[in-house]
Amino acid sequence: MRLTPFETLGIILAVAAGTQITRWLPFWLFPENKQPPAWVTDLGKVLPAATMGLLVVYCLKDVAWSAAPHGAPELLAIFAVAALHRWKGNVLLSIAGGTALYMALVQCVFV
Amino acid sequence: MVYQRSWRMAFQAAFPATIPVLTGYLCLGMAYGLLMAANGYGPLWSVLMSAIGFGGSMQYAAVSILVTAFGPLQAFLLTLMVNARHMFYGLSMLERYKGLGWARFPLIYTLSDETFSLVSTVDPPEGVGRREFFLCISLLDYSYWVGATALGGLLGSFIMFDTTGLDFALTALFVVLFLEQWKGKEHRPAGAAGVACAVVSLVVFGPDNLVIPAMVMILAVLLGGRKLLCA
Repeated sequence: MRLTPFETLGIILAVAAGTQITRWLPFWLFPENKQPPAWVTDLGKVLPAATMGLLVVYCLKDVAWSAAPHGAPELLAIFAVAALHRWKGNVLLSIAGGTALYMALVQCVFV
Repeated sequence: MVYQRSWRMAFQAAFPATIPVLTGYLCLGMAYGLLMAANGYGPLWSVLMSAIGFGGSMQYAAVSILVTAFGPLQAFLLTLMVNARHMFYGLSMLERYKGLGWARFPLIYTLSDETFSLVSTVDPPEGVGRREFFLCISLLDYSYWVGATALGGLLGSFIMFDTTGLDFALTALFVVLFLEQWKGKEHRPAGAAGVACAVVSLVVFGPDNLVIPAMVMILAVLLGGRKLLCA
């Protein structure tokens, strides 16, 4: 422990404050007793799909594409998730199957 | 009695939906508890950070701050930048979290990436209230994260099997929920725009500065194409 307990608590509160501001800001800007402008409501409808795309890419941001194995485990596992999901449409099965394949690939194949 | 039953139904509907998050959080939360312990911050501190800060990737970034000189302002500003993506979650949930009264406080407090991906995509089944369903998902996810942190801090070093790659469960969760969004034809242009903007941002700005430029581009594309997308 490098910091004193009080300093540590200070960092925890600073992180909490920063996080909570980003979570609450939209709800403060557009309180529920007032009708938000049309562009905000429209944005709310299309943002989830766009954000999910951003999150997928965000999860892959630290993959080293230029070095072997060039992201092969990630791409193969994502392909497996998508194929399983198309085939059975079962969320848990798709995730478990893809994760199991990924673990096998990074632990046994692309070591 | 009716009240109790509706909570039980909500829990039964919510729990299966959160299992992927349980898997991912167990892995990442325990790793966080371990990492904190390795830097001299025992379970008390890692659990406090998880319970109050509740910020996933930001908590990892904060470890590097905890091992340098005391810099609360730096921690605050870094958190605002790393977590800026949360603003999209709030914008998306304005409608779905409307009229939920007191429940909005815990719902918004715990609106993490994973919780957002579930509450924005999964609808409560017939006969289950929105408030109960969303609260169950949010509080289950929250308790997984805090619980996993405690486990990692207490006994992380005793884990016997190789968990390398288990955290891919969260990537897989986002992929599946992306596909669920993709099922709605009207969501496809936005989904494609999200992926494209994030990839461009990753290539241009690099992995550490990907989020904010990607958000700006996504906003520009979605607002620019609003007349087409929301017609």
